Amino acid sequence: MVSISHILLLSTALFFIGMYGLFTRRNMIAMLMSIELILNSININFVAFNKYLWPGRLDGIFFTIFIITIAAAEAAIAIAIIINLYRSQLSIDAEDATELKY
Amino acid sequence: MLQDLLILMRAELMLILIIFLLLFLKLGSASLRNETVMNMVNGLLLVVLALGFLVKDSGMIFGNMFRTDDLLRLEKNMLTLGTLIISLQSYQWLKKHDQAMEFYLLMLSTLLGMFFMLSAANLLMFYLGLELSTIPLAAMVNFDFNKKQSSEAGFKMIVSSAFASGLLLFGISWLYGTTGTIDFSGLAASLDGSPLQLFAFITLVAGFGFKISAVPFHLWTADVYEGAPVPVTSYLSVISKGAVLFVFTSVLYSVFHAMGTVWYNMIFIIAVATMITGNLFALRQDNLKRFLAFSSIAQVGFMLVGISGQSREGAAALIFFVLIYIFSNLAAFGVITLVSSASGRERISDYRGFYQSNPALTWILAIALFSLAGIPPTAGFFGKFFLILAGAGKGNWLLITIAALNMIISLYYYLRIIKAMFMEHNASPLAKVDIPFSPRIALAICVAGILITGLYSGAYQYIYQLLS
Repeated sequence: MVSISHILLLSTALFFIGMYGLFTRRNMIAMLMSIELILNSININFVAFNKYLWPGRLDGIFFTIFIITIAAAEAAIAIAIIINLYRSQLSIDAEDATELKY
Repeated sequence: MLQDLLILMRAELMLILIIFLLLFLKLGSASLRNETVMNMVNGLLLVVLALGFLVKDSGMIFGNMFRTDDLLRLEKNMLTLGTLIISLQSYQWLKKHDQAMEFYLLMLSTLLGMFFMLSAANLLMFYLGLELSTIPLAAMVNFDFNKKQSSEAGFKMIVSSAFASGLLLFGISWLYGTTGTIDFSGLAASLDGSPLQLFAFITLVAGFGFKISAVPFHLWTADVYEGAPVPVTSYLSVISKGAVLFVFTSVLYSVFHAMGTVWYNMIFIIAVATMITGNLFALRQDNLKRFLAFSSIAQVGFMLVGISGQSREGAAALIFFVLIYIFSNLAAFGVITLVSSASGRERISDYRGFYQSNPALTWILAIALFSLAGIPPTAGFFGKFFLILAGAGKGNWLLITIAALNMIISLYYYLRIIKAMFMEHNASPLAKVDIPFSPRIALAICVAGILITGLYSGAYQYIYQLLS
């Protein structure tokens, strides 16, 4: 039997892996993927809480569905911006986007 | 039920109507001139504003997910007014742009998101409103398509805001796990301050901190402000920040009431760090947009001092200050928009001897900067006075002393621009900028707002009486 602590361990690990990826990856698409990891770990959290702790109402499931939808919208805008950036600097490396600095 | 929906959500429904109208006009391949579109949207925004002032009512709909009352309507009216001012100011820039209609689509969508965020009585509704108000903003930041800077700023914006909402959601998920509810009222009743809830609260505050660009979550601000087109920068720094601050205050005051001491300490540290960092970095900026970015970070620090008061005065002072901040910052940005779209110059050194060629614009910018600095006859003084007074209510003199010292430091950099404009002689100052009709109205509203709220205290009284 999988207990809730296993699931929470998984989701927390996934969250911090995503955070680590966001901070260390220099490829813009990889940064986006890391954000998806973060959002998915939250989805796991919500579903697990809903199933194990508060099975009476569907709040957690609803939240998950909305997060999935919004993550798609976010990715769409982000990829549009990356394409626009690629047109001007011909790379998707975050190290090359250096016009704005102190 | 339908009647409730129509009355309570009238501002939102009107905005949705405008958005769909624009969408259909765009799809219908009608070739409207930009001026026509802009005048139409400005007129319709005026209708939204008027609708907000009409009937007084309060209530909850959608299974207690959406609430509205007089205070929320006042806040929404402030945001609509600010959007209208920005829309009038961006006339020069938008006239030449190919995608004026899309710009309005995105801007009104974000405004709609802010309305829903303000009215939310439920974390799900709040999250949806927040995302609706940030995702289109990233697209707006990238609106100078052929400038690399703009895309870079857009990318920074979308990544940092996505990360911020990730943190926020992580906090929300733990709050849901520990309390079993996502309603604000249910949460307020069942929070007990367990370590897990504290952890959730910290990530939640971090998420909010990104959106209001409080230190240590401020690093994206200056870059995004510099890269974005000027009207978008003013929208970001005033409207979107103001909306999140309103929600932040109401969430802290009503939902996390039970954890008062914990969040007081957090807000204390964040406020001190925000004021000091914002001020010190503002000292060394030469690009005006970057300068205003850091100045707005410092202003957020002052607002946090007011929030830390944990009293009715604190909430009233914050709302009052945001009203003043809308007027003063938009007056400053209005002048910068005009100059930038006429000559493309945005550096402080370009403004040397500005008074020789543009006395009227110089005076407007000077009044706006005096108000931001908090010098008596202007409204900014009273705004900051009430904020610090509310902060002093807790008896933490260290915080008040630091805030007062920071006000003095901030005088230096605001006066530096005024000195450059009035006193320094320049052999070839910026050419005379002509002010078209719409920006003229917008600037007049801003200056009138700064002076009237400064000399007449009715607004604060009114807000205070709405907060019961």
